[in-house]
Amino acid sequence: MSRYTAVTEDDLREMLATIGVASIDELFEQVPEGVRLGRELDLPAGLPEQDVYAHLRDLAARNTSAEDEVTFLGAGMYDHYVPALIDMLMSRSEFLTPYTPYQPEISQGGLQVMFEYQTAISELTGLPVSNASVYEGPSAVAAAGYLAKLANGKGKFVVSRGLHPHSRETLRTHAHGYGIEVVEVPLRDGVTDPETWAAAIDGDTAAVFFQQPNFLGAVEDAKALADLAKDSPAVIVGSYDPIPLGILAPPGECGVDVAVGEGQSLGNRLDFGGPSFGFFAATEAYLRRMPGRIAGETRDVDGRRGFVLTLQTREQHIRREKATSNICTSQALNALAGVVYLGWLGREGLVELGELLLQRTAYARECLSALDGVEVLHEQPVVREFALTLDVDGLDAVRRVIARCQDAGINPGYALGQAYEEHPTGLLVALTEQRTRADIDRLAEVLREALAAERAGAAAQEVRA
Amino acid sequence: MTAEVLGATPMQREAAVTIFEKGAAGRRAFVAPDSGVPERDPQELLEPRLRRQTPAALPQVSEPELVRHYVRVSRRNFDLDSGFYPLGSCTMKHNPRLHERVAALPGHARLHPLQDPERAQGALELMWNLERALGEVAGLPHVALQPSAGSHGELAGVLLTRAYHEARGEHRTKVLTPDTAHGTNPATVTMAGYEVVKVGTNAAGGVDLDDLRIKVDNQVACLMLTNPNTLGLFDPNIEEIAALVHSVGATLYYDGANLNAIMGRSRPGDMGFDIVHYNLHKSFTQPHGGGGPGSGPIAVSDRIAPFLPHPVITRSETGDGAVFGFDDDRPQSIGRLRGFQGNYGVFVRAYAYICSLGAEGLRDASETAVLNANYLLARLRELCGDDLPLAFGDRCMHEFVLSATPLKKATGVRTLDLAKRLLDHGFHPPTVYFPLLVDEAILIEPTETETKETLDEFAQALAAIVREAHEDPTIAQNAPYTTPVRRLDEAAAAKTPVIRQQAA
Repeated sequence: MSRYTAVTEDDLREMLATIGVASIDELFEQVPEGVRLGRELDLPAGLPEQDVYAHLRDLAARNTSAEDEVTFLGAGMYDHYVPALIDMLMSRSEFLTPYTPYQPEISQGGLQVMFEYQTAISELTGLPVSNASVYEGPSAVAAAGYLAKLANGKGKFVVSRGLHPHSRETLRTHAHGYGIEVVEVPLRDGVTDPETWAAAIDGDTAAVFFQQPNFLGAVEDAKALADLAKDSPAVIVGSYDPIPLGILAPPGECGVDVAVGEGQSLGNRLDFGGPSFGFFAATEAYLRRMPGRIAGETRDVDGRRGFVLTLQTREQHIRREKATSNICTSQALNALAGVVYLGWLGREGLVELGELLLQRTAYARECLSALDGVEVLHEQPVVREFALTLDVDGLDAVRRVIARCQDAGINPGYALGQAYEEHPTGLLVALTEQRTRADIDRLAEVLREALAAERAGAAAQEVRA
Repeated sequence: MTAEVLGATPMQREAAVTIFEKGAAGRRAFVAPDSGVPERDPQELLEPRLRRQTPAALPQVSEPELVRHYVRVSRRNFDLDSGFYPLGSCTMKHNPRLHERVAALPGHARLHPLQDPERAQGALELMWNLERALGEVAGLPHVALQPSAGSHGELAGVLLTRAYHEARGEHRTKVLTPDTAHGTNPATVTMAGYEVVKVGTNAAGGVDLDDLRIKVDNQVACLMLTNPNTLGLFDPNIEEIAALVHSVGATLYYDGANLNAIMGRSRPGDMGFDIVHYNLHKSFTQPHGGGGPGSGPIAVSDRIAPFLPHPVITRSETGDGAVFGFDDDRPQSIGRLRGFQGNYGVFVRAYAYICSLGAEGLRDASETAVLNANYLLARLRELCGDDLPLAFGDRCMHEFVLSATPLKKATGVRTLDLAKRLLDHGFHPPTVYFPLLVDEAILIEPTETETKETLDEFAQALAAIVREAHEDPTIAQNAPYTTPVRRLDEAAAAKTPVIRQQAA
C-alpha cells in the first residue's frame, strides 16, 4: 500500500475472496510467462512527500528562471505577468481534475469556459469560428496544413521564412507524412519578400503560411500577403502572436482564412516550453473541417441554456480514419487561463498593453541600436520584439556576449544565428509589460559592457595571432 | 419519479450567463502601468494601415466580477477530487497536490524554453531522469518526451515507422489496427499517409491470429496495438503476434493508454514492441484539466532510435559531475513535432510521481488497479450480472467491458440511460459505447486509488438503477434529474451550430 492506494490487509483478503482467487499473482496469470518481468523495475525506491519536494526544489534551484534574471528572451514564449487569480482558478479542483466533458450534464463549467474561450479567440482574430484549443503554436501551424490538405488536396505548402523555425520544421515533419512539399520564401529587409512569395504561389498550392509579427519581430503587411494568394486555391494561414492583436489589424480583416498561434502569452507560465495552448480560428467555410473539440450552445429538455461538445462527427472517436485530425486530449486548462487572462485584460486593457509594448519596444530599439557595435537588423515596424546585429565575430561571439550579460543579471535575448545562418550575429530582443524603462536602461549598459569586453578580447586575440 | 415532482435544484435555477453578457463599459481588472519612456507618436510607430480599427469585443468586468463568474462556473463541473470516475481507458487516478506545488516552483514554472542549457541544468536533469525511468517501465531504452498528448505520440510513432522503412528504401502503404482500437489510432494512420487495415478480434477478445496472418504482408508498415486491449484483456498470443509482424519487417506499436495495468509486471519492450507512447495524464497522474494538458512521450528500440524527434537530452560526465545538454544534430530524425521541448510542466508532475512511488510503488499501483477492477467486476456480476454481463472472458486486467444488451431487451433501458442515471447517484459514468465491437458497451476502469467502499457504493448504485429499470424504465430514460442541466439537445447543437457568444 502506498500513500495513494488504500487496500488494507483485510480489504485484500475480502476482495480476493469475492473475486475467487488466492492472490494478486493469480490475476496476472493472463500475462504469458515469457513476457512477465519477474523482477522489480530498476528504479530508485519511493520517497516520502517532503523528500520528493526537496529533490524537485533542488532541481528547480539549478535553473536560472525569469525569477532570477531580468529577461528579454522571447522568440515564441514571453515572460508576461500572470495575475494571481489565474493561479487560483487553475488550481480549483473543478477545473483541474475533471475529464474531457463527454457527459455534458455534469460538465457545464468546462463547456461554458470553452464556449467563452471560442468567443474570445473569435473576437481577437476577427474570425467567426474557433475551436476549444490545440496543443501549442507550431503544431497548430501543422494542424492548419492538414486542414488545407484535406480541403483542397493540392501538393505544396508555401512558407515564409519569417515563420518561427519550430513552426516551419513541425510543418515539414507532418507534411512529409502525407506527402506535401514545403517551399520556403526568404525575407527581404526583415519581411516576407512579396515578389518571391507571389511567384511561389500557384494552382497546386494547398496553403500559404506567414507569421505576424514575424520571427524577426517585424510587422508584416498581412493584407498584402493574403491578397497575393487570394486568387490561388491556397488556404491562407497566419500564425499570430495574440498580445499585439490589441493594436494590429486582425487576421479576419486581412483576408486570412485560418489564424493560429501560440497562446502562452495569454495567462500561461513559461514552464520551459509547455504546457500552454495553441489557438485555431477560421472563416465559416472551414467550420466542419476544424481539428479538435468545439463547444456549442443548446437547450436541455426543460429548456435551460446549456453547452455540449458539438460537430463531433469531425473527430477521431466518431470518424476514426476519416477524422479531420487525430487530436483527442488538448489543452483545456491552459485555454481556461487564456480566456480568463483576456477577460482580465479586457477590451481596453488589450489595446493599452499593445500601445505600452509599442512605446517601450521603440525606446529599447533606439537605446540599444545607439550602442557602439550595434545596428538594427531591419527597419520594419515592430511592436514587442526586434532584431539587432552585433558587430562581433559570429554566433559563438554572440553567445559569449549573452553569457556576459547573464552573468550581470540580464538575459538580453535570443541568438538569431542558431536558426538564421544569414544573420550569424543577430540578437532578438523581446519586451513584456514586466520590463520597465529601468530594465531597458540597465540592458543597454550591460550589453555595452559585454560587447566592449568581447571586442577587446577579439582584438587581443588578433594581436596575439 | 418525474422532474416536476423533484422540482428544480438551486443550481438548475441558476441560468447560464457568459462573461460576455456581464460587466459594463469602462470596467476593468487590469490597469496598465505608465510606459515610463519618452512617448512617441503611436501612429508613427505603427501606421494606421497596419492597425486594428475596432477593439476586440472582450469582456469589460472588474476583478471581483471575474473571480465570482469563474468560481460559479466551476461549480457546474463534476471533478475527480470530489467524485469517482470509472472511465475506461482514461485512468482517472488521484492527482497528488504535491505535484502542483513543485511544478509551480519558479525555477520550473518561470524557466524560459530557450534558456541556455548551461543555465537550465536542473530541468535537463529532470528530463533525463524521467526518460530513463519511462524507458525502464516500457523496457525500451530510447525516449523522446516531446509529443504533447497520446495521439501526438501516436503520430510520432507512425512517422518514425515511416522514416524507418524509408531509410531501408521501402515504401509501405498500410498500417494494421484491431477493431477494438482507440479512434486516435486510425485517425493517426491517415494523418501519417497510410491506409488503415482493420484486424478482427477472436472469441476470447484478443487479436484474431488467422485474420492477422491474412493481412500481414510486405506492404504493412506497422501494427498498432493496445495491450491489455480496450476490452481489458491481456492478449495471450502477444509473442506470436510480435513474431508475425516482425516476420514481414513491420514495426509493432504500443498504445500506452492502458499501461496502468502492467507497470512493474510486464513491459512492452519485452513483448516485442518497437515503439511505445505513454500518457503522462493517465498512468502518471497529470490532472486531466477538463481535456488537457497531457503529454505523450515515446520510447523506442535501438533500430528506431536514429529517427527520434529532436532535440534529445544528452548527458556527459565531466570532472565536476554530469552535464546535460540538447542534441540537435540528428540527421535521420523525423524532425520536430511541436515547439520547444514538450510539456515540461507535465514532466515535472510525472517525475515527482515516479520519485514518490519508486519501483515497488509503481508495481503496487498496477497490481491494485487490477485488483480493484476484478473486485468491481465480481461485485457487479453478483449484483446485476444477468442484465449487464461481461462482454469477453472471465477476469480482466485494469478495466472491463459489460454489455447492457440483456437489460435493453428486457426493459428498453440502454447504456446511455444507465450512464445518465448514474449522474443522479453522484458518479461519473463509465466510458460508454466503446469499444465499438461490443453492443451497448460499458467500459469500467476504477484505478488503484479508489477505496473498496467507493467500489461497493458504485456497484450498489448501478445495481439499484438496474432494479429500478425493471420496475419503471422511464426513470432512467429521462435521467438525469439533479444535475445543473438535464439531457441536452446535441442534435440541435450540431444542426445549427452556435459556437460563440452572439454580439448583443
